[in-house]
Amino acid sequence: MTVVPPAPAPAAPLMQARDVTVRFSVRGGAVIVPVDGVSLEIGPGETLGLVGESGCGKSTLGRALLQLVRPAAGRVAFMGQDLTALDGEPLRAMRRHMQIVFQDPRGSLDPRMAIRRIVEEPLRVHRLAGPQEAARAAREMLALVGLDAIYDRQRPSQLSGGQLQRVALARALVTRPKLVVCDEPVSALDVSVQAQVLNLLVDLRARFGVAYLFISHNLAVARHISDRVAVMYLGQIVEEGPTDALFARPRHPYTQGLVASVLRPGLGARDQLAAAARLVAGDVPSLLQPPPGCRYHPRCPFAQERCRTEAPRREPAGGGQVVACHFWQEIASGTARPRPAALATPSA
Amino acid sequence: MIQEPLLDVRNLRVRFETPRGLLRAVDDVSFSVAPRETVGIVGESGSGKSVTMLSVLRLFPPLARVAVSGQVLFEGTDLLRLSEAELREVRGAKIGMVFQDPLTSLNPALPVGEQIAESLRTHRGLSRVAARRRAEELLELVGIPDPARRADDLPYRFSGGMRQRIMIAIAIACEPKLLIADEPTSALDVTVQAQVLVLLERLQRELGMSLIMISHDLGVIAATSRRVLVMYGGWIVERGSVEEILERPGHPYSAALTRLVPDLDQPRDEPLVPIPGQPAPVVGPVGGCRFAARCAYVMDRCRQETPPAVALATEHISLCWLSADGVRPAPAPIPAGGRR
Repeated sequence: MTVVPPAPAPAAPLMQARDVTVRFSVRGGAVIVPVDGVSLEIGPGETLGLVGESGCGKSTLGRALLQLVRPAAGRVAFMGQDLTALDGEPLRAMRRHMQIVFQDPRGSLDPRMAIRRIVEEPLRVHRLAGPQEAARAAREMLALVGLDAIYDRQRPSQLSGGQLQRVALARALVTRPKLVVCDEPVSALDVSVQAQVLNLLVDLRARFGVAYLFISHNLAVARHISDRVAVMYLGQIVEEGPTDALFARPRHPYTQGLVASVLRPGLGARDQLAAAARLVAGDVPSLLQPPPGCRYHPRCPFAQERCRTEAPRREPAGGGQVVACHFWQEIASGTARPRPAALATPSA
Repeated sequence: MIQEPLLDVRNLRVRFETPRGLLRAVDDVSFSVAPRETVGIVGESGSGKSVTMLSVLRLFPPLARVAVSGQVLFEGTDLLRLSEAELREVRGAKIGMVFQDPLTSLNPALPVGEQIAESLRTHRGLSRVAARRRAEELLELVGIPDPARRADDLPYRFSGGMRQRIMIAIAIACEPKLLIADEPTSALDVTVQAQVLVLLERLQRELGMSLIMISHDLGVIAATSRRVLVMYGGWIVERGSVEEILERPGHPYSAALTRLVPDLDQPRDEPLVPIPGQPAPVVGPVGGCRFAARCAYVMDRCRQETPPAVALATEHISLCWLSADGVRPAPAPIPAGGRR
């Protein structure tokens, strides 16, 4: 029933980002680079998971791809056009093909607008339908996301978080976009409601053939829904690959640490916890002072002198995986030895 | 092993008066915690898990119209009968608490060392100098590097994981007998979560504390607790060892919880099995089982009669008519390669 093409991305990607860099000025005149030279591709109908911890730049990257934040450098090709070269009306015209769903639907939907109007609005803005047609399309979309007609006059304050996220999805899909950036779409929901929304995302993808950039800090959730996964750390993608391969054989020490840190609700959880704490030390460093060389080196149990000075390149690691680590082969073959747990080396 | 429990909560009932009616936040909740034991409480928002713990210390917002009944016996004393002044001797001294969000729990304008020292001066009567020295020791104990210098820093100078370590240092400053951790790692990144949980476990062992670990995440509960209480709609719907609850759940809600969340060991193409609807607050008069509206196994009786507490094994109890009929809900599908 799924129309999703197999990973990796087919010959003509839907979106192709090259060396996208975003810079922000912060107080005190400092500049941070939350997205630093990121390249990625998303195929038509493909779901690319983008995982990483808070502050790694994954949300900023999602916004930069849609030109909600303008990149300071790099190009974003989408449906044959370079979005970074577009502005004004031509860029607006592209927006119907690329939508976004945020983590907190209560903060991103107009509280005074009736639900049906919220879903109609993109059709009106892009002049895709007259009033009656828009109303009909909105009702249809609301039905598809599992909201009965009774909701169409309600306002956001009368709906639960799960229902509102369905509204946000209906609104995002009503213009039949080719790509939806889903930025932590289930993270604010109760676990019992999370599963409903995830299943809905899968159904909608099958029905419309839409591609998702699925941004999540939750690895298990990203794994569940993604064809391919990219792992981000401090503004850079450190590893990327087909989902099953990446989770079966994580090559980058950071990916290995992330995967090991997801506590399985099983009987080995206690041992797993101890192992995870040994594998990753410290906290994510500040973007204000990203470490030189490989940005992961202060936390990496395999780090050597070279890692402190030289930034690793992205290298193919077989099976469609790409990894940015000087020593991934030595780590994979077991010839690189991890340092014993540096429990108290966190940087603030 | 008959041992006096450290904490013995009996028939705790907490109700809030709200504009929409009487909110039954916690209903007839009883459980105990033995010395040095870790008990996990799992549940979604509105299940009553946090309110249960706030009632233990009567930490309610100042304007809450709240009625609490039952008994909260701590070392044999009923905390619900203590005066506010007497209770202050318990809070932070004998019972410590760690909350989800360290940034809102810490005073943003006070150096962290002073926040730790404050508790020591109040409860232990330490001098300024002695409290400061002890605060630095505590920062070191929870893994803050260079504690003598960092003690003078304000909270914003620390990362999320570091702030939670500081919260823990404050909570354990007076060496409490019981530490209540309410979603202590839910706001933290996954790689930091493991470190904080390991820290909590180490401190518990070294200080001989009991620990109540509240979480919506079964992985966190499984990694830290041996006994677990599953809460829903203000009730403890199931209790038992972590093994029993994960492998042989008796209550349909617990069984569903084990299947809800994507699991790294699950085949990816398997659709998740959600619980329909959403958790709803229990307001106004209610009859029958509070999970009935969302339960895949619901029977007529469930909508009318309060379910009985059915013993399924030693210390494994399920509050469910299905259990009374001797039926188990379908267990979580066992992934290829077995559940780890």
